[in-house]
Amino acid sequence: MPYETDYTNQKFSVIGNRVNRPDGVDKVTGRAKYGADASAAGQLVGKILRSPHAHALIKKIDTSKAEKLPGVKAIVTGDDFPDFTGGNRSLMDTLENCMARGRALYDGHAVAAVAAVDAQTANQALKLIKVTYKKLPHVTDVDEAMKPNAPIVHDWIRTAGVDPAPTTASNISQRNEFGHGDVETGFAQADIIIEKTFKTEQTHQGYIEPHACLATLGPDGVGELWVTTQGHFTFRNMCASLLGLDVAKLKVTSSEIGGGFGGKTHVWMEPVALQLARKSNRPVKLVMTREEVFKATGPTSSTSVDVKIGAKKNGRITAASAELRYQSGAFPGMWGMLGAMTSFACYDLKHVKSVGYDVLCNRPKVAAYRAPSAPMAAFGVESVIDLLAAELKMDPVEFRIKNAAKKGTQASYGPVYGPIGIGPTLEAVKNHPHMKKRLGKNQGRGVACGFWFNFGGQTCTDLNIGIDGSVNLTVGTVDVGGSRASLALIAAEELGVDYDQVRVTIGDTSSLGHNDTTEGSRGTFSSGMATIFAARNAVDVMKQRAADTWGIPVDQVVWEEGVARAKGRQNSNLPPLSLKEIAAKSPRTGGPIAGHNEVVADGAGVSFASHICDVEVDPETGSTRVIRYTVVQDAGKAIHPDYVEGQFQGGAAQGIGWALNEEYIYGDDGTLQNAGFLDYRIPVCSDLPFIDTEILEIPNPNHPYGVRGVGETSIVPPLAAIGNAVSNAVGVRMTHVPMSPPRILKAIEDAQ
Amino acid sequence: MEIRLSGILCQATGGASTVEVSGATIGEMLASLALKHPAIQDHLDDGVAVAINGEIYRDRTDQVIPKGAEVFLLPRIEGG
Repeated sequence: MPYETDYTNQKFSVIGNRVNRPDGVDKVTGRAKYGADASAAGQLVGKILRSPHAHALIKKIDTSKAEKLPGVKAIVTGDDFPDFTGGNRSLMDTLENCMARGRALYDGHAVAAVAAVDAQTANQALKLIKVTYKKLPHVTDVDEAMKPNAPIVHDWIRTAGVDPAPTTASNISQRNEFGHGDVETGFAQADIIIEKTFKTEQTHQGYIEPHACLATLGPDGVGELWVTTQGHFTFRNMCASLLGLDVAKLKVTSSEIGGGFGGKTHVWMEPVALQLARKSNRPVKLVMTREEVFKATGPTSSTSVDVKIGAKKNGRITAASAELRYQSGAFPGMWGMLGAMTSFACYDLKHVKSVGYDVLCNRPKVAAYRAPSAPMAAFGVESVIDLLAAELKMDPVEFRIKNAAKKGTQASYGPVYGPIGIGPTLEAVKNHPHMKKRLGKNQGRGVACGFWFNFGGQTCTDLNIGIDGSVNLTVGTVDVGGSRASLALIAAEELGVDYDQVRVTIGDTSSLGHNDTTEGSRGTFSSGMATIFAARNAVDVMKQRAADTWGIPVDQVVWEEGVARAKGRQNSNLPPLSLKEIAAKSPRTGGPIAGHNEVVADGAGVSFASHICDVEVDPETGSTRVIRYTVVQDAGKAIHPDYVEGQFQGGAAQGIGWALNEEYIYGDDGTLQNAGFLDYRIPVCSDLPFIDTEILEIPNPNHPYGVRGVGETSIVPPLAAIGNAVSNAVGVRMTHVPMSPPRILKAIEDAQ
Repeated sequence: MEIRLSGILCQATGGASTVEVSGATIGEMLASLALKHPAIQDHLDDGVAVAINGEIYRDRTDQVIPKGAEVFLLPRIEGG
């Protein structure tokens, strides 16, 4: 096997079993507590007043009438948020996004907030706050925002990454270039060159649970926050920094989470809730409406992308280049940079150049969305790859295999790859029964590849063994996709006990050391690593207890299948001691048995996926139905295959919505026209086929079990796979996502 | 050792995409780089990632850099 690593063919007892998730019953019976499910004695209701304008100067905020309304306990505006950022521009951007400071930068930007005894009073108070605006010119389109005469979102922005450094303001916050070789030389060697421009519209992660929290903060600076988040430690640090609090005095507890996909890695209204609590000295509960979630949290970028690829007649790509323009909302971001880094990562290219631009617009601050920026870049690149294959009369899968990156390839973003999985996923696609299924009338098939980095990060776990032998594992990574089941399997594997004997809890910020946010597909990778080491730590304690019980040196004790055994002929009369027996005696043999680990779990390993999609397009209406979909991805080692498959399917489902229906629609006045699920249509079950999956297991040599992150890569190929399928079905190249019925009809009409 | 940089990081080295630095670990290498090119410090404060022989490290400054390894400095990335 060409893809074997040191961790291939490990033997496991419980890893790989499809056990029931421990939080399943709570979630289907309504017992699980989400962000809006907490309450406290004397709590107030928080509400936020938001700008109706895309861009406006806030000349005056008059709160006097609202303050006099009985039941109103606190009102905050930008003036109630002193600058504790110490000159940190990124922190200031976050603060200004939570509450406007002199200017409203997008439709929905928070300008004031109220805490009152009930929702009716709070809403009434919002109506009594009089804000005097002076409307300013706005821009919401990424290409328009780059033009020299475009309205400027921030006059302090100078484009970084260009030489010489500019002296005038621009909406382009940074330019990033990646690549190697000389693309002009490469293009000169090409027999065929294809160049095309693509656009993708802004989409939201679409998590079903809106942002919600319950905040308390006393005059002594001691506070608590119950919140739906992907990273309660990060929220704690961020809120403490923005509000001038001691980190240790703010305890943040993560609720169950009803989806995040990157959108709950950032604070939006939590600092506002805490400030209202501090000002009123009462607990404040703040729950966003769906309209607020759309208007005032972080969707992904809208983009405009040029791709140019040249190839020889023999099917080898000679050069590839791309210019990627990513809209980052009203604050600087790194999204164009990520698009540039990921665009050509699947391919082995001698001459490659990608340039990413981050562009400000009067839209909400863009946030991460599952493999952020990669899907839009892949849409452009994988579409041109298909066009080239067609020109060369090559099978599109064979063309990709011929040019796929492999161990030793210099990645387009810089380093040389170690063992990677793009080749195996493409081979699996080539041999998949899906590829042999014959297509009918108005049907088309598309294939596409995708890449994402993955990462690990700071992680800390505690493992405590009760006197009855049950195991409590406390982790600090929020469970967004079934990680409690996976981590319980890992603890059970290490300790040699049953899965049902392990209970996993997500600890609050006071009970563990810092844990980075659950992002970058890191939950099972990093907390899994820390769980393995914590469990081994506990096993060492139990071996010592057994050795002490037997009166032999600990190096004569081994741990096998959940029991301590004394090894050597001289100890053959000593019966094994089980975990339960050792735990039962623990009060008299040295006290509690625990294992602990803190780790920086680097070495997550990059991830690749290849997807196959069949669609049927109604040429009369332009409506598209996905009739079959297959995901092939490398998981390193699937700890719990159900949840690996679930991640694959979830990414594909979100990608199908993004490709066919979802988009933010702005009016000429710069306001969002479709801030609700009726007008912003995410796919429902009846829109989706069963999404087939194939898990490849090419172990990651940097993880004891070979695990790679699996949460994000599955959303990278769908835009392109569906784009290729629709284009093949209608005979016209689709270049604008979403490929909604009007766009498909227009493309057909234009071609005719 | 020679390290390579890409993206916006090159601006801090006066446009140079390769820089000669010293250091046995990531932390030592970054300190050496900052001494040579002080403008990189802002980026180091924001966070960077270091690829050693293709493996990306974001946080482990104690990570040893093997002799002859390919070292690539990358901007720090966010995930979803």
